[in-house]
Amino acid sequence: MVSAVVMRGVTKTFPGVVANDHVDFSAETGEIHGLLGENGAGKTVLMSILYGLYRFDEGAIIIDGEEVEVDSPSTAMRLGIGMVHQHFMLVPSLTVAENIILGREPIKNGVFLDTERMLRDVGEFCDKYRLDVDLEAPVHTLSVGVQQRVEILKALYRGADVLILDEPTAVLTPQEVDELFKAIRALREEGKTVIFISHKLREVLAICDRVTVLKKGRVVGTVDASETDQGRLAEMMVGREVVYTFDKDYCEAGEPVLVVEGLEALDDRNLQALRGVELEVCASEILGIAGVEGNGQTELIETLMGLRKPTAGKILLNDSEITTLPPGERIRAGISHVPEDRHKRGIVSDFSVMENLILGSHRNTEFTQWGQVLDLAKASSYSDKLIEDYSIDTPSKKTLARNLSGGNQQRLVVAREFSREPKLIIAAQPTRGLDVGATEYVRRKLLEMRDQGCAVLLLSADLDEIWAISDRIAVIYEGRIVATRDPKETSEQELGLLMAGGRDD
Amino acid sequence: MVKAVFVQILAILLAFVTGAIVLSLTGYSPTLAYSAMYRGAFGNMYSIGQTLAKATPITFTALAFLFAFKSGLFNIGAEGQLIIGAMASAVVGISFNGLPAPAHIALALLAGAVAGGLWGFIPAFLRAKYGAHEVITTMMLSYVAIYLTSYMVNYPLKAPGWVAQTVPIPESARLPRILSPSQLSASLYLVVLLVVLTEYVLRRTVLGFELRATGLNPDAAENAGINVNRGMILALVISGAIAGLGGSGEILGVHRRFIDGFSPGYGWDGLAVALVGGLNPVGAFFAAILFGALRSGGMVMTRVTGVPLDIVFLLQALVILFVAAPKMIRTLLKRSGLKWLGS
Repeated sequence: MVSAVVMRGVTKTFPGVVANDHVDFSAETGEIHGLLGENGAGKTVLMSILYGLYRFDEGAIIIDGEEVEVDSPSTAMRLGIGMVHQHFMLVPSLTVAENIILGREPIKNGVFLDTERMLRDVGEFCDKYRLDVDLEAPVHTLSVGVQQRVEILKALYRGADVLILDEPTAVLTPQEVDELFKAIRALREEGKTVIFISHKLREVLAICDRVTVLKKGRVVGTVDASETDQGRLAEMMVGREVVYTFDKDYCEAGEPVLVVEGLEALDDRNLQALRGVELEVCASEILGIAGVEGNGQTELIETLMGLRKPTAGKILLNDSEITTLPPGERIRAGISHVPEDRHKRGIVSDFSVMENLILGSHRNTEFTQWGQVLDLAKASSYSDKLIEDYSIDTPSKKTLARNLSGGNQQRLVVAREFSREPKLIIAAQPTRGLDVGATEYVRRKLLEMRDQGCAVLLLSADLDEIWAISDRIAVIYEGRIVATRDPKETSEQELGLLMAGGRDD
Repeated sequence: MVKAVFVQILAILLAFVTGAIVLSLTGYSPTLAYSAMYRGAFGNMYSIGQTLAKATPITFTALAFLFAFKSGLFNIGAEGQLIIGAMASAVVGISFNGLPAPAHIALALLAGAVAGGLWGFIPAFLRAKYGAHEVITTMMLSYVAIYLTSYMVNYPLKAPGWVAQTVPIPESARLPRILSPSQLSASLYLVVLLVVLTEYVLRRTVLGFELRATGLNPDAAENAGINVNRGMILALVISGAIAGLGGSGEILGVHRRFIDGFSPGYGWDGLAVALVGGLNPVGAFFAAILFGALRSGGMVMTRVTGVPLDIVFLLQALVILFVAAPKMIRTLLKRSGLKWLGS
């Protein structure tokens, strides 16, 4: 039998990264094929190549036995390949039916939209795939799950035989996930091929026939879902040939600095993101929180910083409650924060290096005269010192932060946050996007701060990073801390399993 | 900085060149028209006074716009804030008859600033509390101000006679004139002071630092402990107060009473002037003088050469167009070999 899709030796590099390294991938007709891997493993890039969004550097794509050139999404659609992205591409003010037919509108009398035929066609279509939607509802009134169904219908209406779903469950509630799985199985019965991109082991095992695991741009292997389990997939996904241990001195942990009790919070879509987080970070300790992105990390950080209101629970810093304090007072109370997205929360790109270095401390008496006027002379000498101490490579302190390299922007944030003499540092993805040198630098600095008695809460999706410097490792899954481990007494396989929602037993 | 100023000046020159082409195509002599315009704008002390008098209110509204803009807000309601400030000053001027002059002037100015500030506070509050976008609310409130004051001078506050205006304010509330008989008043000193003050507040104070941070990246500002909502409200209140003071200056210094429709769109001109001035207080002042000169010089040009006044509006539009298209200017510069400016 001829495979529906074959990708052979696909290589794609971006400046500085090999996203796909000679990847071989194939999916059969009538199969649900899982594409599993950590963030940055190259899953989405591979599928974007198949959908014509990127061009590979080398390789070949074979559809139904014929080698094809996929140079754009419209070519992909003509070849019967459809893709549903994480971010939906629907017109919110149009109805479901209008969105589905967009680009292939039935016309009557030359210019008018044939509404009746549109509703009839789309209606028949929905029945065929047992996807139930109100065709005349405007899209913006629908829940995310239903919008996703509309996206799937849109792809099918355009003649997709191969449907790529990019992390389709990331935005869904558990009930919506069940609905989605029913729909996917119905598609399989209709002879469609579904490629299911995910980093959640349990879901992949629940829905897929076969699974291809990617790691750092390479295929680790393809296995039958029925012949594997979470443990083995986790090992394929995160396991490594050599177990890597960071050379760090043991440091005696002190009194608890940060205590979090039963913390609950909603995300931006008003869904429960934190479901009772319990945490304790002590002085002279780095607590690493491992977890797949989107399991409440962002909300946890924002709630700890006072950027998001908790719906329940308590936050204590050095035994005094800070649950309702605004961000400014938390900073003054001794919390420093290296944000996960430095462009969003870390720096003001159009501020100079100096302005960025005093941001957040700008109200300190150190930098003001009469409390209201900035003391530029002091800010200036302070900046000189930080630029020197943290080796920030910048032409001058007046240079705009946007003109610095990513690594130097991160040094800037680290310099600012670490030199406030914090009691607690919240470091989120502190080395994301940094090169090896800058990564080492930031990790060493975190260890230094710990040795000076600071409590450090490290959140990272990169297990290697957590592993490298944490004194204790907690795992966050679906808004809860599901386990805490001593790094000396756990394995990456165990952590990987916990991160993917495997039971702790 | 030098480069930015240069590009801005070049855009203005380009507008005049294009204007000259239009003039010659329509059968007028550009040299005659422009020299008449120049004489009308800067030819003698009177014309200089008229130019500055026309530049004053639009400097106020330009400052109002850019103060909010630097804080990340689009206050396009300076027109209404100016008008409501003008009315407040007129009311205080008329009703507190008998106060000594300095106190009376100060009180009337304060009333203008407070009223304008209130007109800025309402949209700021709506934005902070309900997320209503200030572009809509400030503009809507402008119409409220226009029609509210129009009602007041047509009914309760109407002076006897045909014209929709209040009775004159007493001597004690009037701002002294400068370069009489031109319409220039001490309002000019006030606006020059505000230019310096705005620059100082934005550049050197903690408040300005926080507002600029909020304007450039509200998420990072919030993370740095800056109260973004409070900053937003303060910024719009101050912005409204500046525009309100502009209205006060017109009433206390120029018209000496509130006249319905006294503002020929100072609020809108202010927006353009702020942009032409490169969103910089000092730049805005010079851009306002340019606009003022176009207005006062344009009148003389029409009288002397017969060139229709519309050419003035064409020039204004061209200036805005070229300033709004810095990329085009840069490309032109690159083509002409001035590489260091084009980058």
